[in-house]
Amino acid sequence: MSQRVEIVKRIMDSNDRLAQNNQAILDQNHIFGINLMASPGAGKTSFILETIKRLPAEIKLGVIEGDTAPVTIDSDKIAAAGIPAVQINTGGECHLDANMIEMALDELPLEDLNLIMVENVGNLICPAAFQLGTHANILIASIPEGDDKPYKYPNIYRGLDVLILNKIDLTPYIDFRMDYFQQGVEMLNPGLKTFALSAKTGEGFDAWITWLTDKVTTK
Amino acid sequence: MHELAITESILSIADQAAKENNGTKVTDIYLILGQLSSIVDDSVQFYWDHISLGTVCEGAVLHFERRPAMLRCKSCNHQYPLGEILQTCPNCQSPDVFIEAGEEMLVHHIDILREEP
Ligand SMILES: Nc1nc2c(ncn2[C@@H]2O[C@H](COP(=O)(O)OP(=O)(O)OP(=O)(O)O)[C@@H](O)[C@H]2O)c(=O)[nH]1
Ligand SMILES: [Mg+2]
Ligand SMILES: [Zn+2]
Repeated sequence: MSQRVEIVKRIMDSNDRLAQNNQAILDQNHIFGINLMASPGAGKTSFILETIKRLPAEIKLGVIEGDTAPVTIDSDKIAAAGIPAVQINTGGECHLDANMIEMALDELPLEDLNLIMVENVGNLICPAAFQLGTHANILIASIPEGDDKPYKYPNIYRGLDVLILNKIDLTPYIDFRMDYFQQGVEMLNPGLKTFALSAKTGEGFDAWITWLTDKVTTK
Repeated sequence: MHELAITESILSIADQAAKENNGTKVTDIYLILGQLSSIVDDSVQFYWDHISLGTVCEGAVLHFERRPAMLRCKSCNHQYPLGEILQTCPNCQSPDVFIEAGEEMLVHHIDILREEP
């Protein structure tokens, strides 16, 4: 006997439930969680390192580093800055998922932390679909990638809470139409909170650190 | 390439629904995928053929219903498809638009074979 079974279930449902569980763990420990997404080389690690340099004493950061390959280059840099860091090797997968974050949280000293930054795998397509349970999804776009990225990768701009526009020190060398870029962002995610800065010169970090400190200390 | 994770998720949803309904075999799975889910049908099918082996879903046919991403203009109410690249309203050129459809990623229904009660 053949029968039709109505389901109407979101494919991402099981990941999203794990993500909710992660958020509960973060909340219990009064930790603000950030999921940092970007294309390869946009400056995720540099951004975290520059943020570390400027963190006020009351912020206790832990970092989760995602990479497709079993390399610890990025997490070594974070650890060298005196910050607890866990490396996740996704085994070729192009994104982190909630399950991987759950395992990584296990390895961090949660009781000592009030901020966790997750460096997602460098990719503009896949990470967008996978909620991790963090409180803010942040994309780092960078000037050399070009001003058309919102138009070509609308997906990743949709679910963002904050946009970082990095490498503004390179603006004199690159044809980047700020108006055009911002128009695309505005179409996809109206009113998106944006910080333009340089992880190389530190320009623009004050506003970002102020925002971050406020989020962490009011959590 | 996040299609493997997606395909595993489809399998577990279909598998669970089949068990709950005393299904002995899943013959068809109907998916609704919005354009903005950026999922490639071919790779889902490719992974499916491997990971469904030996499960109640082995041999099930995947049906993909594609939903195009649609934008609507807040200035003139014109509706238009996102297409390959995001564009301002083709009717009045306003950038004041919003995405109305195309983000769906659903297992809508499945067809199963059941033992007679
Ligand atoms: N000029 C300039 N260079 C930068 C800036 N931020 C990062 N870079 C450089 O960009 C390159 C990539 O930076 P990373 O921080 O490794 O980028 P990432 O996003 O972590 O890269 P992956 O983890 O490999 O995806 C490095 O050579 C950095 O020195 C910036 O604000 N200005
Ligand atoms: Mg990095
Ligand atoms: Zn219009």
